[in-house]
Amino acid sequence: MSMTADYLELSDVRVEFDGFRAVDGVSLTVLQGDLRFLIGPNGAGKTTLVDAITGLARAAGSIRFGRTELLGRKAHRIARLGVGRTFQTASVFEDLSVLQNLDIAAGAERGPVTMLRARGRTPERIDETLETVGLTAHRDLKAGTLSHGQKQWLEIGMLLVRDARVLLLDEPVAGMSGEERTRTGELLRRVGADRTVVVVEHDMDFMRSFADSVTVLHAGSVLSEGSVAEVQSDPRVQEVYLGTAPTDAANDSDEAVA
Amino acid sequence: MDALFAQLFAGLSLGSVLLLAALGLALTFGQMGVINMAHGEFMMAGAYTAFVVQSVVGDAGLSLFVSLPAGFLVGGALGVLLEATLLRRMYHRPLDTLLVTWGVALILQQLARDIFGAPNVEVRAPGWLSGNVDLGLLQVSSARLFIIVLSVAAVVGLGVLLKTSPLGRRIRGTVQSRDLAETVGVSTRATDRMTFFIGSGLAGVAGVALTLLGSTGPTLGTNYIVDAFLVVVAGGIGQIKGCVIAAFGLGTLQAAFEYSTTASLAKVAVLVVVVVFLQARPQGIFSVKTRSLV
Amino acid sequence: MTPIVRRHGATLAGFAAVAVALFAVAPSVLSTFRLSLLGQFVCFAMVAVGIGLAWGRGGMLTLGQGVYFGLGAYVMAMHMKLDDAGPGGVPDFMQLYGNGEVPLWWEPFRSPVITLVAVAAIPAAVAFVLGWAIFRRGVRGAYFAILSQALAAAFAILLIGQQATTGGTNGLNGFRSFFGYDLFDPVNKRMLFFIASGALLLMLLAAWQLYRSRYGELLVAVRDQEQRVRFLGYDPALVKTVAYVIAAVMAGIGGALFVPIAGIVSPDDVGVVPSIGFLIGVAIGGRATLFGPALGALIVAWAETSLSESFPSMWTYFQGVLFVVVVAFLPRGFASVSALWRRRPTPATEPAPQRQEATV
Repeated sequence: MSMTADYLELSDVRVEFDGFRAVDGVSLTVLQGDLRFLIGPNGAGKTTLVDAITGLARAAGSIRFGRTELLGRKAHRIARLGVGRTFQTASVFEDLSVLQNLDIAAGAERGPVTMLRARGRTPERIDETLETVGLTAHRDLKAGTLSHGQKQWLEIGMLLVRDARVLLLDEPVAGMSGEERTRTGELLRRVGADRTVVVVEHDMDFMRSFADSVTVLHAGSVLSEGSVAEVQSDPRVQEVYLGTAPTDAANDSDEAVA
Repeated sequence: MDALFAQLFAGLSLGSVLLLAALGLALTFGQMGVINMAHGEFMMAGAYTAFVVQSVVGDAGLSLFVSLPAGFLVGGALGVLLEATLLRRMYHRPLDTLLVTWGVALILQQLARDIFGAPNVEVRAPGWLSGNVDLGLLQVSSARLFIIVLSVAAVVGLGVLLKTSPLGRRIRGTVQSRDLAETVGVSTRATDRMTFFIGSGLAGVAGVALTLLGSTGPTLGTNYIVDAFLVVVAGGIGQIKGCVIAAFGLGTLQAAFEYSTTASLAKVAVLVVVVVFLQARPQGIFSVKTRSLV
Repeated sequence: MTPIVRRHGATLAGFAAVAVALFAVAPSVLSTFRLSLLGQFVCFAMVAVGIGLAWGRGGMLTLGQGVYFGLGAYVMAMHMKLDDAGPGGVPDFMQLYGNGEVPLWWEPFRSPVITLVAVAAIPAAVAFVLGWAIFRRGVRGAYFAILSQALAAAFAILLIGQQATTGGTNGLNGFRSFFGYDLFDPVNKRMLFFIASGALLLMLLAAWQLYRSRYGELLVAVRDQEQRVRFLGYDPALVKTVAYVIAAVMAGIGGALFVPIAGIVSPDDVGVVPSIGFLIGVAIGGRATLFGPALGALIVAWAETSLSESFPSMWTYFQGVLFVVVVAFLPRGFASVSALWRRRPTPATEPAPQRQEATV
């Protein structure tokens, strides 16, 4: 990858489902090393925005990673450009071992001959990643037997092992214990130093502990942006979170990406 | 000009038969994701019901009107039995339901063979359905016209049921979001069973109708099941109108291809058209928007 | 012991057992007639190995493998018909039903080389076009099953409709020689059985290599979480199409070897019913296992022959019940029974049945 700092730049991104604007003109820039949290009530369009960046939802506007326009590319092409994501429900390959999961994640560029042979010794990068996400002891276990937190770490590891430059993490600490949350936060701090990381999260304590900056989405638009303190003191944010009811549950776009 | 109208009518007629066969399938597939290969055998059961009713009642006209509801009940009962014994265990394995119901289809075919014999049986059509009707532009078979009317009636009836009745609302709700329907108190189990009853009942009606066009044999359903599924695939899931458009569209295409080539080439051509069509619309003509990834 | 023997002892023993059974035991205990019958079953087993790959590992429910079996079979049958007729000759049935001329599209199959290539290439090409068109657009798994079945129906109807060039419902039969070897000579009949057994063994070895390879792991990943694989930078359509094409080639070769052994191929061998029939053996043997599909296919074919010889209607009931019981209650086939006995954890590549919904 390039030596210059990477960044993710969205300008006027719009996503429409049957006339309903799930994302309505979002512009934001995330720089490398800036651990950005994306928050907002249910239906605000957070997951839809991640879908748009990763090529799952059709969008208008512009989404650039460095100088590369991502919009209009196929999902697997965007992934190959170094944009990686996780899902709310941990989606690891449950019938394969931890090692096999990571090996698949590492190998999208392998040629046909390598693909048709069995894996010889474990690639170094995989050993390093196992160490980073703390799963070395579990490498030969089926991923389906891991705890919920371990699955989330494995998912993050699957992005690290192929050296994704942009990490889009959808509720990485949902359902985790307190200690697991702290470990996840520290992991994100470590791997985020030289990457562009966006975390979609509901957990405010977790956000306060680890966010460098925060973007608040509401009804498909950016409501507020800044440091944790700035966002928390923004009266519009307080109104959305405390004053009015969450937006129409029928349009809830954050629940069902399964 | 006459040839064109004749072609158009042939297409409509074929389409109405496909529609009757596919309507119930679309319902069960759309709501439960169950691919019921025994649907064709439910049609066969409806056809044999007409045969039995006629041998009891005698009069062809009266027996037709007794057979239509009787075929509905027989088909529906078989459907409920299948749902209750096997399918409700397998909602999370839709592809496997295809193989299981295929096994059921084999058993039903052999049962028909053992009960009614392997040779086909005939059901007499009432006198007023055995001739032709003059529509001014062309003479058409009154039995085929009757089936077109019957298919329209089935669509309208099903549409009214889905749109206005409480059961219909439950069915539509379950199609759109099974989980949500459950959380607002819809008994999806009971709804599933009723859906299966209606869908399979429609197969029985289709079977009765088919006795007007030809003889009845144990493999009657197999001849229609593949085409009926193609209609469901092309039409999309969860909406009747997709099924209607696809049935008449494929019927017309098939008739047109048959006219210009041969019946066997027409089958291949229709399949190619469906595959090409899915390139443009992978979900079929219409599909209920759900937020699942696939 | 060398590492490969230590790590794969059970599998290698399995290969040895298959080889001994086919090459030593069967020829010494079976009559030539029974051996030919077993040879036909071995051809079905080749189709089953392919289905195990596409369905068991790849999650693609292929209801149209009869088409590929039929393509391979008809290509071989056309060559044998032309060969029997001699250079420039016209096959007998064409003089009977047709205008006594060999149609243009038959001509290439006079060449043995073209025939051997086409036996694999034509099924591969058809499978590629259908597979790529469907998988590329992310069409539901159930739709794929239905479309593959519609293909089988259309293919059989097409064959029946073209009696002058395909033999219609009679199919192609009455062969006298196979690449110059007299088919009535018992020695050649035995040789055909050995060729088929060798082909099956090679396919099992190929399947083993695929299952061990990174591609095999990726295929399982696509089966269980297609979207996830996409977001790791792979094109799942390509992964699935490869497995589907390989399965088609295996079926094509099975069909090509079936013709000289059985002496006939007809639309009855390729339509909807035989196409689904291929699946039951695979389901019984364990769809995701290496030897299970082939073994299941052999057992089902044997049961069909012996049962329908004595009680014709019983076989249909039996087959129906098998579909219901095995698929509904024993989704892993024999493997789930033996797992119950041994109470050991299931291997990492068995399908978890509840995840098939990923494709619907």
